Amino acid sequence: MGMTLTEKILAKHAGRDRVRPGDFIVARVDLVLGNDITAPVAIAEFERIGATRVFDPDKIALVPDHFTPNKDIKSAEQVRIMREFAKKHGITHFFEIGEMGIEHCLLPEKGMVVPGDLVVGADSHTCTYGALGAFSTGVGSTDIAAAMATGELWFRVPETIRFVFRGSLKPWVGGKDLILYTIGKIGVDGARYKAMEFAGEAISSLSVEGRLTMANMAIEAGGKNGIFMPDQKTVEYLLERTDREYELLESDADAEYSEVYEFDASEIEPQVALPHLPENARPVSEVKGIQIDQVVIGSCTNGRIEDLREAAAILRNKKVARGVRCIIIPGTQSVYLQAVREGLVEVFVEAGAVVSTPTCGPCLGGHMGVLAAGERAVSTTNRNFVGRMGHPKSEVYLAGPAVAAASAVAGEIVGPEEVV
Amino acid sequence: MKAVGRACLFGDNIDTDAIIPARYLNTSDPEELAAHCMEDADPNFVSNMSKGDLIIAGSNFGCGSSREHAPIAIKAAGVSCVIAKSFARIFFRNSINIGLPIFECPEAVEEAENGDEFEVDMSEGKIVNLSKGKEYRSQPLSEEIQEIIADGGLVGHVRKRVMAGG
Ligand code: SF4
Repeated sequence: MGMTLTEKILAKHAGRDRVRPGDFIVARVDLVLGNDITAPVAIAEFERIGATRVFDPDKIALVPDHFTPNKDIKSAEQVRIMREFAKKHGITHFFEIGEMGIEHCLLPEKGMVVPGDLVVGADSHTCTYGALGAFSTGVGSTDIAAAMATGELWFRVPETIRFVFRGSLKPWVGGKDLILYTIGKIGVDGARYKAMEFAGEAISSLSVEGRLTMANMAIEAGGKNGIFMPDQKTVEYLLERTDREYELLESDADAEYSEVYEFDASEIEPQVALPHLPENARPVSEVKGIQIDQVVIGSCTNGRIEDLREAAAILRNKKVARGVRCIIIPGTQSVYLQAVREGLVEVFVEAGAVVSTPTCGPCLGGHMGVLAAGERAVSTTNRNFVGRMGHPKSEVYLAGPAVAAASAVAGEIVGPEEVV
Repeated sequence: MKAVGRACLFGDNIDTDAIIPARYLNTSDPEELAAHCMEDADPNFVSNMSKGDLIIAGSNFGCGSSREHAPIAIKAAGVSCVIAKSFARIFFRNSINIGLPIFECPEAVEEAENGDEFEVDMSEGKIVNLSKGKEYRSQPLSEEIQEIIADGGLVGHVRKRVMAGG
């Protein structure tokens, strides 16, 4: 019996020939990530362990992104703890304002993850890097404290569910629509504990950026990780970003899956997930006409250059509807710069949108666009739980950048083809 | 490692708020947390249980927030292990990391009654319902995981290694 890609990566990092779902293993990690919410807790645990140095100062990434630029004194104190720790231990990858970005946009962009890597982060959306053919998962603060001290962590090998998307995509349909559709089919705990493996022609045709968007939301189905077979697109994406060597592993043809889903991608319309769970996905045509107050385009799900280009294609020579606030947040400094160079920022500002420095900000109701009671937002983020973006009585509708931009122009939820 | 005790039964989807309500999270002292363990699921849990008793629960035990206070409260209350049909993923990790033994075994849960006497062999994953005279198998905990639990959790475990210069 063969192994899935997830099993192969875990076996390799545990120094074993093979692993089976359910096995407990201790595995070597290639990268450990913490942010301004979780790293300070982990740093305290690190001290409790009694460790005097980190296992490898080049393999730890500390990214203050949630409340940065620091929104108040408490957040400033949190980042200070990170900064001092980074300095004391000579951490290479501590990203200060001016070079930072939302962690899950930043690390792939910097070429810090390659196929076959094992990455852990004290942030549930660490699953994003599975798009590059890595095993990557969110853990607790105690976990990353231990991993920073020893370079190892324990895991239980997950079963794998395979999702095959046949056919080609309709216009304006991207990674966000495919993953919302998937979560709509299996529910928010449909992949609990499990690896979600994505395959099929529609997936091969998707850019690496679209795959990052999909892997990002594996956790929204309860998944432990999302994973894609690395291919020519992955190699091209990494070409100018890293000179690290890597192997292109893939799942064996006779690998064992706990379930296999086959979807006809050509049937899938742009999706919108209604409040208050990502599993409430509907085709946009079924929900159009809902009045909105705000649009957010950004986050670790859809804050990459491709997302901004898609939004700009719709907002070009148009105006954001009166009464709607449209907030656009490039995921990283280099996405920001690229958007300036391509004239996207000009398109946005002329349309009446605001463009912010990279930050998680409104995604978790932190700052830069918090909602009042009764307000509705269309957002390209990943969670629409009660109170996620502000007041418990506000509502978040999740969508891709095309639907979000189109809705900003219309002042109500609409599909992209209605405004272009 | 063996655990012996009586079964305390709970249903499906017991969330972290039921295990340790948010109103007590102004402390992280294990003894204080233990005093309110399972309070919103069964207010008499702490007064009725004895040291070594087991929590036997349905599916998705520990869903909700990622607070490590939940397994800490259960462990500090003297619960020897939790057997459930399934656990929410982060609760599962946090339990191991703070040294609370947990097992997934739907059959054992299905047939258990409140107060049944259990004996659990941690290393073999062997669960015996002494009152019913039935034996079940759960995935045994690996040696590494057993060692983490024996060291009182991940911090204790890693500390031991770091101190030994490993
Ligand atoms: S953008 Fe949102 S989901 Fe992503 S890391 Fe930041 S807060 Fe979390």
